[in-house]
Amino acid sequence: MSDFKIAQRETNNVNVLELKGYLDAHTAPKLEEAFQQLLKSDRTRIVVNCRDLSYISSAGLGVFMAFIEDVREKSGDIKLTNMSTKVYNVFDLLGFPLLYEIFKDESEAVKKFNDKK
Amino acid sequence: MKKQLKIDSKTDQLVAVREFISQAAFASGFSDEDVSKIALAVDEACTNVIKHAYRFQQDKKITITVRDDHGNFEISIVDNGKQFDPSMLQAPDMKEYLSTYRRGGLGVYLMKSLMDKVEYDIEPGKRNQVKLIKHIPR
Repeated sequence: MSDFKIAQRETNNVNVLELKGYLDAHTAPKLEEAFQQLLKSDRTRIVVNCRDLSYISSAGLGVFMAFIEDVREKSGDIKLTNMSTKVYNVFDLLGFPLLYEIFKDESEAVKKFNDKK
Repeated sequence: MKKQLKIDSKTDQLVAVREFISQAAFASGFSDEDVSKIALAVDEACTNVIKHAYRFQQDKKITITVRDDHGNFEISIVDNGKQFDPSMLQAPDMKEYLSTYRRGGLGVYLMKSLMDKVEYDIEPGKRNQVKLIKHIPR
């Protein structure tokens, strides 16, 4: 079985999703559900911490693509942090750094949300 | 060297596919970085078969064959599902793609970026084969 977990918490009015394990076509629906729940309750200031994310395929990347527009329409954003080089390289190959803000550390992304106020 | 893995067309099999491919690629002398690239490309090819050729019918089979031949590491992925839509074979223009927030089609782009060669051999209604090739470093 693919091992993938999402832990969710709130810090300084920002919703943090911590991803752990392998994000592929089998596990991507879990992330989709997490984004759906956040959107439904208008929690659109989202930081995705990828510190423990070991693997991502296009099915996982597609989930970010699917939600970014709706999130931004509601004046929110999805910011990504703490990626390993291996995971970053996949995002980079597809040009995602043009579309998403990617930070080395979660605290920088949280600060960016709160600086905007 | 020739190795084969036959899987059910289910997404929970992808982890076994990645392990099988990684072991074979390591044995052929690829670096950690290249092994990750090859495993991702094969994951993408199998995901495409599960989604598009078999449309999530779980009782179908996918055959993955790895050959290490004349300096090439060659992976063949064969299914007996629906014929690939030729437009699926085109990688999207990523700049346009990102600007329109489209979804899907990323897998084809990744396969082409991660491997040296991607070839399709389609016998309509019978069999689809995708061949992924990477040169083995000396």
